[in-house]
Amino acid sequence: MVPLGHYLMLSAVLFATGTMGVFLRRNVITVLLSIEVMLNAVNLAFIAFGRTMGSVDGQVIMFFVVTVAAAEAAVGLALVIALFRHRESLNPDVFTSLKW
Amino acid sequence: MLLLIPSLPFLGFLVNLAMGRRLSKTASGAVACAAMFGAFAAAAWSAWSLVQMPADARGIVQQVAPWIESGTLSVPFTLRLDPLGALMTLVVTGIGFLIHVYSTAYMHDERDSEYARYFSYLNLFAAFMLVLVLGASFPVMFVGWEGVGLCSYLLIGFWFTKQSASDAGKKAFIVNRVGDFGFLLGMFVIWNRFGSLDFQEVARQAGQLPPEAAFGVLSLGTLLLFVGATGKSAQIPLYVWLPDAMEGPTPVSALIHAATMVTAGVYMIGRNAVLFSHAPETLAVVAGIGVATALMAGTIGLVQNDIKRVLAYSTVSQLGLMFVAMGVGAFAAGIFHLYTHAFFKALLFLGSGAVIHALAGEQDIRRMGGLRKELPVTYWTFLVGSLAIAGVPLLSGFFSKDEILWRTFSGGHTFVWGIAVVASLLTAIYMFRLVFLTFHGERRNAGHEHASRSPGAPGHGSHGGHLHDAPPAMAIVLILLAVGSVFAGYVGVPAVVGGGNRIEHFLAPSFAAPGVDASGEHGASPAEALSEAEHPGGSKGEGGPGEELGLMAFSSGVALAGIGIAAYFFLRRRDVAGRLAASFSGVHRVLLNKYYVDEAYDAAIVQPIKRVSERVLWRVVDAGVIDGAVNGAGSFVNGASAILRRLQTGSMRAYALSVFVGAVVILGYYVWR
Repeated sequence: MVPLGHYLMLSAVLFATGTMGVFLRRNVITVLLSIEVMLNAVNLAFIAFGRTMGSVDGQVIMFFVVTVAAAEAAVGLALVIALFRHRESLNPDVFTSLKW
Repeated sequence: MLLLIPSLPFLGFLVNLAMGRRLSKTASGAVACAAMFGAFAAAAWSAWSLVQMPADARGIVQQVAPWIESGTLSVPFTLRLDPLGALMTLVVTGIGFLIHVYSTAYMHDERDSEYARYFSYLNLFAAFMLVLVLGASFPVMFVGWEGVGLCSYLLIGFWFTKQSASDAGKKAFIVNRVGDFGFLLGMFVIWNRFGSLDFQEVARQAGQLPPEAAFGVLSLGTLLLFVGATGKSAQIPLYVWLPDAMEGPTPVSALIHAATMVTAGVYMIGRNAVLFSHAPETLAVVAGIGVATALMAGTIGLVQNDIKRVLAYSTVSQLGLMFVAMGVGAFAAGIFHLYTHAFFKALLFLGSGAVIHALAGEQDIRRMGGLRKELPVTYWTFLVGSLAIAGVPLLSGFFSKDEILWRTFSGGHTFVWGIAVVASLLTAIYMFRLVFLTFHGERRNAGHEHASRSPGAPGHGSHGGHLHDAPPAMAIVLILLAVGSVFAGYVGVPAVVGGGNRIEHFLAPSFAAPGVDASGEHGASPAEALSEAEHPGGSKGEGGPGEELGLMAFSSGVALAGIGIAAYFFLRRRDVAGRLAASFSGVHRVLLNKYYVDEAYDAAIVQPIKRVSERVLWRVVDAGVIDGAVNGAGSFVNGASAILRRLQTGSMRAYALSVFVGAVVILGYYVWR
C-alpha cells in the first residue's frame, strides 16, 4: 500500500504547478486550466486522507469540488469568450481597466 | 384687571400680525386704536380704584403666573400698580392712543400690508412698555425693557429699504444692548446683596440701611442700573442712537423716542428711588451726566437743520434735566417733568410730522419758512408746544422745569443749577429758532419737490404753493395735545404760588420704602434722607418762599430771554445769525457735526472692532482655524487615498497574488504558531 506521504507529495507538486500556471501563463484559458489542476490536487489530498482514515467524507467533498469546478469552468469560459469579443485578446494583463 | 392693560395692545398686535394682510386700512387702524383705547380705559379704571384707597396704602397687585423658580430665586410674573405706575400707565396709554389715531392719517399712503405691519409693531410696543411700567420686579421690568428696545428697532427701520433707516435701527439696538448689559449686571448685584428682585422687597431692605458713605455695593449696583438708563434714555455716553432714530416714521419718534420709551430710564430710577437715594455717589454721577447731556444736546440742537433732529436733541436735553432732578433726589419733580414733557414733546413731534406731511417729506428747515398762513392748526399747536417746552409761565413745562431748577438750587447744587439754567435758555432759543425758521418769514424754495423724500414717506404732493394743513385725525390729536400741554402742569403747581403740588404728594409713597413709617427716623422721602446725608444738620427748606418765587421769576425771564434772542437772530436779523456763524465757524462746525462724537465712537470702537474682526477673526480664526480644520479633514482623506489607491491596479494577477499571499500568511500563522 502506498503510504500517505506519497499522495500528499504528488498533491503538493500538482498544486504548485497549478499555482505557477495561474501566475505565469499569459493566456486566460491556460490560467483556467491551471486552476483546474489546483482543484484536482486538493481533491487528491482529500481522497488520500479519507482512505487513510477509513472515511468516505473525503470522497464526498471531492464530488462537491468536481461539481463546483464544472460550474466554474462553464462560467469562466463564458467570461473568456465575452472578454475576447471585447478586447480581441486573451492576455490577462490587457484587462486592467477595472480600477479607480 | 391689571393684566388687561398690557394684554389688549398685545391682542391688537396678534390680530394685525395674523390677519393684517387681508384687513383693509380702516380695519387694521381701528383694531389698533381700539386696543389702545381699551388699555387706556382699563388704566383709567385701575388708577381710579387706586385713588379711592387710603393715601398711604395705594397699590394694586396682580400675580399673573409663577415664572422663575430656581433654588432661593423666586420671581413670579407679578404686575403692580402704585401711584408712580398709575401716572406712567396713563401717559403711555393716553398719549399712545392719541398717536395711534394720528398715525391712521399719517401713514395712510402705505400699502395695506405695510400699514398693518406698522400698527402691529406700534401695539406690540405699547404692550411691552406697559409690562415695563407695571412689572413688580426687575426681571419683569426687564422683559418690557428688552421688548421696547426690539420694537424701537423694528420701527426705526420701518422703511427698511432705505439704507440709512436700517442702519439707524441697528445702531439703536446695538447701543441699547450696551446699556442693557449694565442693567443685567446691576440686577445681579442687587440679587447678590438683597436676595430678592422684587422692587418693594429691595426698597424695604434698602430703607433700613444708612446711606452709603463711600462707594460700596449699593453704589455699584445703582451705577450699573444707571448705565442701563443711559442707554434707554439717551444720556452721555450712549445718547448717539436717538438722533439717528429719527429715520423712523414721525409718529414713532413722537411715541417711542420722545414721550414714552426714552423716559424708561428716568422711570426706572424713580421706581428704585429708595435704592438710589442710599447711594449718594451714584446720585452725584446721575446729576452730573444729566446736566452734561442737557447742555451738550442743547448746544447741538442750536445749529441742526433737520426739523426732527432738532427735536431729537431737545428730547435728549430734556431727559438730561429729568436725570438732574433724579440726581438731586427730587424724584417727584423728575417724574412730573417726564409727564408734562410727554405732552408737549409728543405735540411738537406730531406737529413736525404735520409739516413734513404737508411738504411731501421735506425735513430741512432751511427749505421751509412762512408756513404760518398755510398750516394754521399746525402752527398754533406747535407754538403752544414750543412755549410749553421753553418754560413760559403758566404752561405745563414751566411748572415742571421750574420745580427741577428750584429743587436743584435749594439742594445746594448751585453749579449744576447754573448749567441747567443755561440748558433751559438754550431750549428756548433752539425751539424758537425752529418755530421762526419753519413758520415765519418767507417761504424758501417753494417749488422744491421730493428732495429728501423717504421711500414711502407720507404726504400728498405739495405741487405749487398750496399746502394742505393736517387732516382731521391729525388736527384733532394736535389740538388735544396742545390743550394737554397747557393744562397738564396744573396738577403740580407749587405751594408757594398757591397750588398744592398734588402730584408730589400723590407720588410720594412710591419713592418711600414700604413698611417704614412716613414720619420715621429714616426720613419720609428719600430726598430728605439724601439732603440729610449730604448736609447733616440742615434740612431741605434752606431757601424760603421768597427765594423760590425769585427763582421762578428768574427762570421765566430766562425763557423769555431765550425767545427774544431767537426772535432777534432768526426773525429780524437773519444776516446777523449768519455772520455770527461765519465768525465762529470753528465752533459752528463742531456743533453742526455734533462734537464729532459719532466720528470718535467710529474711530475708537467701531473701526477697531471691524479691524479685529476682519484681520483676526475672519482671516485668522475663521479662514485659518475653522476652515482649516474642515479643509484639513478633507485633504487628509484625499492624501491617504492617493497612497491607498495604488493598491487597486486592475491587474487580475496582482489580485490573485495578494489572495495567495494572504492565504499563505494565514495558514502559516496557524501552522507555525
